[in-house]
Amino acid sequence: MSQLEYILQQVINAVSLGSLYALVAVGLSIVFGVLKLTNFAHGDVMMVGAFTTVLLIGLGMPFVPAMICGIAASAIAGFLIERIAYRPIRNAPDVTRLLTSLAVTYILENLGILLFTSSPRNFPLPDILNSSWQLSGGAITFTNINVLTVLLTFVSLIGLGWFITRTTIGLGMRAAAEDMQAAQLVGLNVNKVIVVAFIVASAYAGLAGVLWAAQAGVVQPQMGFTPLLKAFVAAIIGGFGSISGALLGGYMLGALEIFIIAFLPDTVVPYRDAIVFALLIAFLLFRPGGLLQPNREIKL
Amino acid sequence: MATADPLLRVDNLEVNFGAVRALKGVSLDVYEGEVIALVGANGAGKSTTLRSISGLARAKSGTVTFAGTVINKRTAPQIVRLGIAHSPEGRRLFGGLSVAENLRLGACTRSDPEGVARDTEKMFVLFPILRERWRQLAGTLSGGEQQQLALARALMAAPRLLLLDEPSLGVAPLLVRHIFDALAELKRQGMTMLLVEQNIALALELADRAYVLRTGKVALSGIASELRVDDRVAQAYLGAAE
Repeated sequence: MSQLEYILQQVINAVSLGSLYALVAVGLSIVFGVLKLTNFAHGDVMMVGAFTTVLLIGLGMPFVPAMICGIAASAIAGFLIERIAYRPIRNAPDVTRLLTSLAVTYILENLGILLFTSSPRNFPLPDILNSSWQLSGGAITFTNINVLTVLLTFVSLIGLGWFITRTTIGLGMRAAAEDMQAAQLVGLNVNKVIVVAFIVASAYAGLAGVLWAAQAGVVQPQMGFTPLLKAFVAAIIGGFGSISGALLGGYMLGALEIFIIAFLPDTVVPYRDAIVFALLIAFLLFRPGGLLQPNREIKL
Repeated sequence: MATADPLLRVDNLEVNFGAVRALKGVSLDVYEGEVIALVGANGAGKSTTLRSISGLARAKSGTVTFAGTVINKRTAPQIVRLGIAHSPEGRRLFGGLSVAENLRLGACTRSDPEGVARDTEKMFVLFPILRERWRQLAGTLSGGEQQQLALARALMAAPRLLLLDEPSLGVAPLLVRHIFDALAELKRQGMTMLLVEQNIALALELADRAYVLRTGKVALSGIASELRVDDRVAQAYLGAAE
């Protein structure tokens, strides 16, 4: 295997992993933008989408419609979380809001354990998605689920770009993220903006959940925890609350992790997560506004 | 004009910020087609008056009536829909959004695309710089350009009453003249305005009538041209002679 092929393989891995991080981080950033709330339940909304998909495939539904239903289930979960848990405490102190967000996480996770037990279940991926492509005589390998992940990420993010620049409610999301009071002064219905933001963010969580579980091959109630933490780091790197920042952060984090695995000595590799979280701390200390908003202060 | 009901009537408005009484019974009338200046020292309650009219501040007592409707229990978005646009202190533009996007949000309560397009063209006539800066982010504009955009954003709601808070603040002197020329043009077109302005000479030049606020109360009111030569205005500013 040549040097170039090895590097190409790592680029493919980085784009695939980065896509997942970007998808989760974008949803996290959308909610943080409009509510200034770190929605820890975002990872569990991923789990809702993944479990719905697995259950429906188990009932005989083909992969694509099952995935669409899973995304819809996540969107509904997000809608309900906003209405039931977050709306009543919207103007409460930050600590109250943060604790509520953690409480929602635990409720959803334990509900998952109650319904499905905490043991992992197999994700029944159709054979066509599991089949792999071999280039350069097997030096470069990737599966159809990798391709699907990257494609769906690109398509859905282009859709999001259209939504936040071309529709009034999408523009309203960006406006409310910058200045909620000014958004009200121009006549925006802020409740509607927040509800739509939750639905959109949760649909992205659903898509990310299905793809994450499909790549991992398993679903389990706590599956949202790791992606949530990673997406949190990604969003901070890019600038929390900024959608383009979340994208940038997601792909950079994907690239960094793959770089650590592929190019650093084996003794360093087990410290992958430690390096990532050290980076988080460094950003929070020295550049809390992230790469795109260096001068902004954030409050978590 | 004085025989008709006022377009806006503020009656004995009291507003508290915590333990501080910001307004202690402010009353004022604005008739259709009038430009009213609200002047006074810092902390006199000028911005608070505007904020209670547009729904950002809640009155403890008193009423705000607009076109026959009591509005002081309504939310800010509802008040915009009734026909009051507020260009707030500090401009409060969406800095990460383009000029075009800011103006589009200014018109977000409207459902007449032709009217919005027509009004956008009007803004280009009133503030030609906005056409040049169309795709630029609002946050990258100069102070004067931002103020013009803030005015245009408020006007895009096609209001019956325009509330203006310090349109000259943070604007280069040359551009202040330009902005007040635009306001004079709006007045000529019949726009009703309630103007808060620190530059008292400019404000009284533009306005038909004026109210002078002092520590949360109306200290003085009258015809703008008469107040320009009234010593009591300066006294109200300086806090001298009760």
